[in-house]
Amino acid sequence: MTRFLLPLAAFIVLVGFLAVGLNLKPREVPSPLIGKPAPVFQSQLLHEPERMLASQDNLGKVWLLNVWASWCVSCREEHPLLVELARSGIVPIYGLNYKDKRDLALQWLNQYGDPYTVSVVDPEGRIGIDYGVYGVPETYVIDKNGVIRHKQIGPVTVESLEKKILPLIKELQG
Amino acid sequence: MIPELGNFALILALLLAITQGTLPIIGAARGIPSWVALARPVVQGQFVFLAIAFGCLAYSFVNNDFSVMNVARNSNSELPIQYRIAASWGSHEGSLLLWVFMLAGWSVAVSVFSRHLPDEMVARVLGVMGLVSVGFILFLLVTSNPFDRLLPAAFEGSDLNPLLQDPGMVIHPPMLYMGYVGFSVAFAFAIAALISGEMDAAWARWSRPWTTVAWVFLTIGIMLGSWWAYYELGWGGWWFWDPVENASFLPWLVGTALVHSLAVTEKRGSFKSWTVLLAICAFSLSLLGTFLVRSGVLTSVHAFATDPTRGVFILAFLVIVIGSSLLLFAWRAPKVGLGGKFDLVSRESMLLANNLLLMVAAGSVLLGTLYPLIMDSLDLGKISVGTPYFEAVFVPLMTPAIFLMGLGPLARWKQASLPELMLRLRWAFGVSVVTALLMPFVMGEWKPLVSFGLLLAFWIIATIFVSIRQRLHNSGQGGLFTKLAKQSRSYYSMHLAHFGIAVFIIGVTLVNGYETEKDVRMEIGSTVTMGGYTFRFNGASPVSGPNYQAMRGDIDVLRNGEKIRVMQPEKRTYNASGMAMTEPAIDTGFLRDLYVALGEPLEDGAWVVRVYHKPFVDWIWFGCLLMAFGGILAVTDRRYRLKVHNKHVETATVAEDKRAASNPRLSTGGKKA
Repeated sequence: MTRFLLPLAAFIVLVGFLAVGLNLKPREVPSPLIGKPAPVFQSQLLHEPERMLASQDNLGKVWLLNVWASWCVSCREEHPLLVELARSGIVPIYGLNYKDKRDLALQWLNQYGDPYTVSVVDPEGRIGIDYGVYGVPETYVIDKNGVIRHKQIGPVTVESLEKKILPLIKELQG
Repeated sequence: MIPELGNFALILALLLAITQGTLPIIGAARGIPSWVALARPVVQGQFVFLAIAFGCLAYSFVNNDFSVMNVARNSNSELPIQYRIAASWGSHEGSLLLWVFMLAGWSVAVSVFSRHLPDEMVARVLGVMGLVSVGFILFLLVTSNPFDRLLPAAFEGSDLNPLLQDPGMVIHPPMLYMGYVGFSVAFAFAIAALISGEMDAAWARWSRPWTTVAWVFLTIGIMLGSWWAYYELGWGGWWFWDPVENASFLPWLVGTALVHSLAVTEKRGSFKSWTVLLAICAFSLSLLGTFLVRSGVLTSVHAFATDPTRGVFILAFLVIVIGSSLLLFAWRAPKVGLGGKFDLVSRESMLLANNLLLMVAAGSVLLGTLYPLIMDSLDLGKISVGTPYFEAVFVPLMTPAIFLMGLGPLARWKQASLPELMLRLRWAFGVSVVTALLMPFVMGEWKPLVSFGLLLAFWIIATIFVSIRQRLHNSGQGGLFTKLAKQSRSYYSMHLAHFGIAVFIIGVTLVNGYETEKDVRMEIGSTVTMGGYTFRFNGASPVSGPNYQAMRGDIDVLRNGEKIRVMQPEKRTYNASGMAMTEPAIDTGFLRDLYVALGEPLEDGAWVVRVYHKPFVDWIWFGCLLMAFGGILAVTDRRYRLKVHNKHVETATVAEDKRAASNPRLSTGGKKA
């Protein structure tokens, strides 16, 4: 009987590893940009193409950079949260409208609300490359000295906001 | 409305699956004929409702209903119609629905083609399949409902991943799933045999054709996946040892072992418990593959959008299905007799050795696939295991397996003589060594690894010749063609499948040994020469497709100064997702492929162009096709066709096998015949 139990034993060990594996996040390779100065960019505003925003303009304040697009379904999940956060006035949110079309993006903001202080456009994804964006949405917390302190991959959730992002902002603003 | 109908059909299918998974099994145990008789109609009902559910999803995709989350995420109004249909199985939710739909399809097939089987057996088999179906439909409804709404509806969909917008991708997943799901039949037969405690040759005979068909589908599915990777990913490889590829390869390896082990159990009554274990393993690995792909525990190019709750659900499901089957195995298998005895040198022992080698190979591939996960969970760092590990482990394991593959078909059952075998095969061995040593010179350069690979391939081919010659020699009177016609299809099927392996090895060996690749900067009018072909770049121009914009390169291929072909590789950007895709141009030939892909644009109309010359690369997939044809030939063997036409005779033999007295119902069936 014992030797017939061997396959079961092997399977139990395997399940153990798989169960632990479920709580690991192999995709979350720590971003090399954390603790480094945020890559500098200068780009057109979404609403007023004739005006430009440079990332250095934000030196001296803590801000969020949120990468979004009208074609991104997951962005809609986090959007109400961002709108709420913007309304609270805790931290300014700057949007990076990533690989999008201007008219679609504006229409999207009209429909769902605009949480962004301003949005800059990145139609070809050049800024995205500098920031190491590999999925939309992504959100960066950038401190007063222009250093990236945190990167949220995927939609911002109530949990990530309360446990990580808000305390960090408070600390940085402190 | 339509999505809600689909959802409702899915719920009804779940209720039927629960019925299917409980009443017939209990009925078979307690001897309640009406519950046993439920199995077939319930299976067919479940199939109908799943067909409706699947039809509703496909309908939503075809009609661009972006109020359905799944459609909004995976389709787009510009997407051509064939890809909109294919998109219904392009996502996690849709592919799972396809999975259960196919499971229902296989169950219906079992219910239809099992008229010669005892009703209790059919009830148990269909009951086990019903339980598997319950798990998957619950999974769909609880964590991954394909009919979830997105309100307010999206204005436009995000588009199907451009990598999947390809004819190969339209049929690859269904083929692969047919294989995965097909192993559920062998699994259900094995579990039914364990439950009933009747594990004799009859069990092996019944599940053998089902296993072979599943194996054929899996072979074709893997082949299509590899072919797709080759022409779609744009960097000329055909197998990457990616976790998801491995997840499909593992059931294939174990399924191959199972196909051979079933042969021994059917013909000689040996290996019974081993065969049962293999049947459980093959299906368990199919399920494990599902878990790996969808739970996000491993990173892979194939991974679906992942979600921890899904992972927990599948893991729980795995524990229930695999855990309980292995427990049942540990409880029942010790009571199974040993079956026919055999000597150390015999066809049985060689098949057993091959089986073990295949299982060890599967074990090492599994280890390599899970190693990053194991290291990470023991907090030993994030690592990845790649091709070097798999090649270092796999090739040495397969070498003796292939050597045995040549010996096995020539060895006698029960007891064979090694000196006699050596005597019979000395010419085959000599011829394959000499050819393997000389062939590389024909290709232009002698390389030890090429010679070695070719030795394995020629050994298979030479032994097939010897086997057929001797078989004909012992086939009595008649001309060559009468003798050839006398042999059974199952005999030819074995050799055809083995020959497929040889063709596959030749392809792999030669392409690895002699392929050439150049990454060059090409100005308009400039040329590059490779493998006797000259490629002249005439520039690239913009073109637009239905849902993408592209730059199309124009490259003339010249041989001896004469233009033989124009190749037009593309670099596409898909409108909806903005994703860039490389679409290589391939000139397929019997002895070589020419493969051209556009890299990056440079100034003045110049481009970086990647050019490959790949000798014999198509033999890889052709070899797989031959293996699959071998399998098809095997299931069309006379004895299976007879089964359909002459049920009564078959019932009689089955009854005999089951030692008629033990089962009163069957022995009546036997007498009738």
